Amino acid sequence: MRNDLRPSEAEIERLRERAQFVRLETIRLIEIAKTGHYSSVFSAAEIFAALYYDVMRLSDDPKWPDRDRFLMGKGHAAVGLFPILADKGYIPRDVLDGYTRLGNPLGDHPDMRKVSGVDFSSGSIGHALSNGLGMALGGRMQNRDFFTFVMLGDGEMQEGQVWEAATVAAHYGLSRLVAIVDRNGFQLDGRVDEMMGVEPLDEKWRAFGWDVHVVDGHDIAELTTLMRRIKADDTAGKPRCIIARTLKGKGVSYMEEEPGWHLGYLAPEDAEAARAEILSKVI
Amino acid sequence: MSAKTASRTSEASWHYRELNMKNPGLDHLSNGLITLAEAGHPVVAGSADLKYSNGLNRFAERFPDRYFGFGIAEQNMVSAAAGLATTGLVPYVATFASFLGLLACEQIRMDVAYCALPVRLIGHHTGISMGFYGTSHHATEDIGTMRSIADLTIVSPADGPQLEAAIRASIDHDRPIYFRTGRGREPNVYDPKAEFVFGRAIEHAVGEELTIIACGLPVHPSIAVARKLASEGRSVGMLDMATVKPLDRDAVLAAAARSRVILTIEEHNILGGLGSAVAEILAEEGSPARLVRHGIKDEFALIAPPSHLYAHYELDEAGIERIAREIIGAG
Repeated sequence: MRNDLRPSEAEIERLRERAQFVRLETIRLIEIAKTGHYSSVFSAAEIFAALYYDVMRLSDDPKWPDRDRFLMGKGHAAVGLFPILADKGYIPRDVLDGYTRLGNPLGDHPDMRKVSGVDFSSGSIGHALSNGLGMALGGRMQNRDFFTFVMLGDGEMQEGQVWEAATVAAHYGLSRLVAIVDRNGFQLDGRVDEMMGVEPLDEKWRAFGWDVHVVDGHDIAELTTLMRRIKADDTAGKPRCIIARTLKGKGVSYMEEEPGWHLGYLAPEDAEAARAEILSKVI
Repeated sequence: MSAKTASRTSEASWHYRELNMKNPGLDHLSNGLITLAEAGHPVVAGSADLKYSNGLNRFAERFPDRYFGFGIAEQNMVSAAAGLATTGLVPYVATFASFLGLLACEQIRMDVAYCALPVRLIGHHTGISMGFYGTSHHATEDIGTMRSIADLTIVSPADGPQLEAAIRASIDHDRPIYFRTGRGREPNVYDPKAEFVFGRAIEHAVGEELTIIACGLPVHPSIAVARKLASEGRSVGMLDMATVKPLDRDAVLAAAARSRVILTIEEHNILGGLGSAVAEILAEEGSPARLVRHGIKDEFALIAPPSHLYAHYELDEAGIERIAREIIGAG
């Protein structure tokens, strides 16, 4: 793999700011809905930023056939994706601001029929890697070189269909299929390892025939470098798995590692404090 | 069938890869797909370790780059087909109806129907056609599960040729489709060159005493029964309701206006299937026609060779004739 792909300091600064933007917008949108998945977005904010503001090949046309694809197994973190899609111009600003209101296309989970820029609908955990596998197969069959990135939750590793998809993707050697496991350690009922252990994740993916990389999911420079390297070398002959070690609720101290915040609501004064903390820290 | 190896000397012997020869009706699946592919349509096919059962091995041999084996993992196959469809391809994925319409029901709902993708699902060996393989391999609930999913078209062909015509026609159909087919040993009713029109019932006979509305395997014996009774001077109609959803409402109402009794016949639980769909229309319209639903009466079917089961559940010609005669008082 190439070693010269580390982003510049200016690029790193820009990506950090974009991850901060994702967190702040998530707080703003959940204020409208009055309930939402803050901490699921916060663990993945750097992943969102690296993909949409650096790694993915996109255009102004969200239906461009050669664009890189992004799918969310953990569809409940869509509130972090929607501000990016609005920022990219795929969805109008006023639609974003009507998040979850009657008739608005933006809900807790992403809907490809209603939301421009969403590459696949989700919400039922365990499907997305299969959907991405189909995209990667279809792309390769038609000689298109786009990459398909599938963000998965670590609790999602408990779904059997994930491993069906992992088996098939390895069988077909889909090196432009990238699974990103947001290993934030929590699921709805508590710590993943206490609810239903999923380790050793890296060994599992490797045993399924994947090219596995473990990275600090909040180190935007490392994360971006790794994904740039993966894209620069698509001859692995294996699908790729990134296990991103993250912190659920990253960026807001009282959310970090508190399982109750998987789903919640911040009253205005707490939201203000959370905003202030996010703005005050460099992640 | 000729013996091909030294260890097999009897002409009657066969092995799994020769199954297509025993199930010629399902050859029409590959026939339809090969026609579409040769015409330049972006069709691809997949199966879950059943390509010799559904005959897709022929498509796979003709277009190896367009066939994907998905292993014994039906849910992943359906979700992956949906992913394939987003890249401009039109996927046709096939497996036993019990594993498609039931095991992968939620994937069909979420990834295919909700996403409105042009995936074609072929649930074959439906109903009780798997005979003594048992309840795990029977599918007497798949119309029920599929019918309650929005935006999904359901086609239940009477034979292989009708399946082939429907596969050909499906390339211009803009919705996801669930094809519910038999095991490929149904006697032929249709010509594969006939045009298939989604949503339109096929009228084989009109009658005032009774109209039989059937889909799938019971269509052939139902036509025979209607003709036999007509030859005795009785007035019995017969509609092939090959598209179960959207149901041809006008055809049902016309039959109900003409006939005193409607008899629905399906290789499916009478709850949730064709009979239920017809009942909904008749009730909503306040039709005076009496309805008799015939099929599997809300039970798990026995095991037996299929022909024995069809006789036991009166889904064969003799059984349908008995029921029809009882209804019209032609004993």
